[in-house]
Amino acid sequence: MSKPWGPHDVGGLKAGPVDTTDHDTAYWEWQIDAMIRLALKKDLISDFAELRDGIERLAPGDYSNLGYYERWAKSLAYTLVSRGIVDQAALDRQVTSVRKRQEAEGVS
Amino acid sequence: MSEHHHDHDRTFQPDHPEPTTEAARIGLALRELLIEAGHYTVDEEREVISAMQGATPENGASIVARAWVDADYKVRLLNNGIDAIRELGFDLQPYEFTVMENTEDVHNVIVCTLCSCYPRALLGISPAWYKSGSYRARVVREPRSVLREFGVNLGDDVEIRVHDSTAELRYMVLPQRPAGTADWSEDELASLVTRDALIGTQRELDVARKVP
Amino acid sequence: MSEARFSVGQRVRIDDRMPPVHHRVPSYVKGKTGVIERVCGLHGEPEKFIRGDGEPRQRIYRVRIPQAQLWTDYEGTEWDKLEIEIFEHWLELAE
Repeated sequence: MSKPWGPHDVGGLKAGPVDTTDHDTAYWEWQIDAMIRLALKKDLISDFAELRDGIERLAPGDYSNLGYYERWAKSLAYTLVSRGIVDQAALDRQVTSVRKRQEAEGVS
Repeated sequence: MSEHHHDHDRTFQPDHPEPTTEAARIGLALRELLIEAGHYTVDEEREVISAMQGATPENGASIVARAWVDADYKVRLLNNGIDAIRELGFDLQPYEFTVMENTEDVHNVIVCTLCSCYPRALLGISPAWYKSGSYRARVVREPRSVLREFGVNLGDDVEIRVHDSTAELRYMVLPQRPAGTADWSEDELASLVTRDALIGTQRELDVARKVP
Repeated sequence: MSEARFSVGQRVRIDDRMPPVHHRVPSYVKGKTGVIERVCGLHGEPEKFIRGDGEPRQRIYRVRIPQAQLWTDYEGTEWDKLEIEIFEHWLELAE
């Protein structure tokens, strides 16, 4: 088998049993999904290929440790910062503010 | 290129069961910045979420039911999925919509190994397992084992076709019509069709599900 | 050009290159040979970021490969298949 090109290139790798149970989609996950659609609609990104590229560039540890919507969130952040639409320092400050708010609300 | 035997031992790391807080915060923070900068509004967000939630497997099921009752429609559906579903008011452009028919001899199952491409307009949001590393890694290599985990046991007389949706095609399975349904209405037929049957992780449909 | 290079039934080999950019050919089919199952349409291909040859739309084909040819330890039957869509510039006629 050819060498996998990135952490997303998983066809044929060995893996454990499939968890076949259905999991509800949390509202924040819908919000990530909507953000991606709106980013496309508003031409903040040009197409899905850009986001898939961002996901494939995630460090392998990130790829395997992050859930599906977290990967998309990180990829979108990377893409928008690269494009100069979002400032990295502003994003870092906002993440801190989200963390503080969550701690204040007792959300883990 | 020679096969690297150590690749056979490589195991995909399991998806983290709970969201890793830092990455989720990045998503939430990004959202707040984009809304604050006026790129979109909370109302627009709500509208998009509502539209996404409005798409369900009932859409795909209605297409299946039409194909079952109308043989000419089935031919059109198998030959040009995009045009055929447009007749019923559905649109999946710019993708090509490709329907794979199950028969006595053939069972079809869909995957996107590289990410998780899925015909959401027709099936709703994809299940967590469809996006999972385990499904994506294993169903192309050991489909019979994976299908057994879903309760589908296929004999050697049935050919399995795994379809890897890598580019611009979106897929749906056309399940076999169950016996004893000859005089049913389209709605009654559609009520039998589940999301998993449209993906291929279910083969037999349960006539006891009929509604009304 | 919109004329299809390959036709249904032809044996084709999927290239095994590793371009340093986003591409949609999984490693498990690279270097493998299959048969054209279907000629599909023209689509913008993801490597267009570096190709820059002015016409990013390329034709896609569905390629059918027997599972027994993909995996030396395949557990199923010799008639099980893997079908996958591949862009034209990744395919060449097989000997």
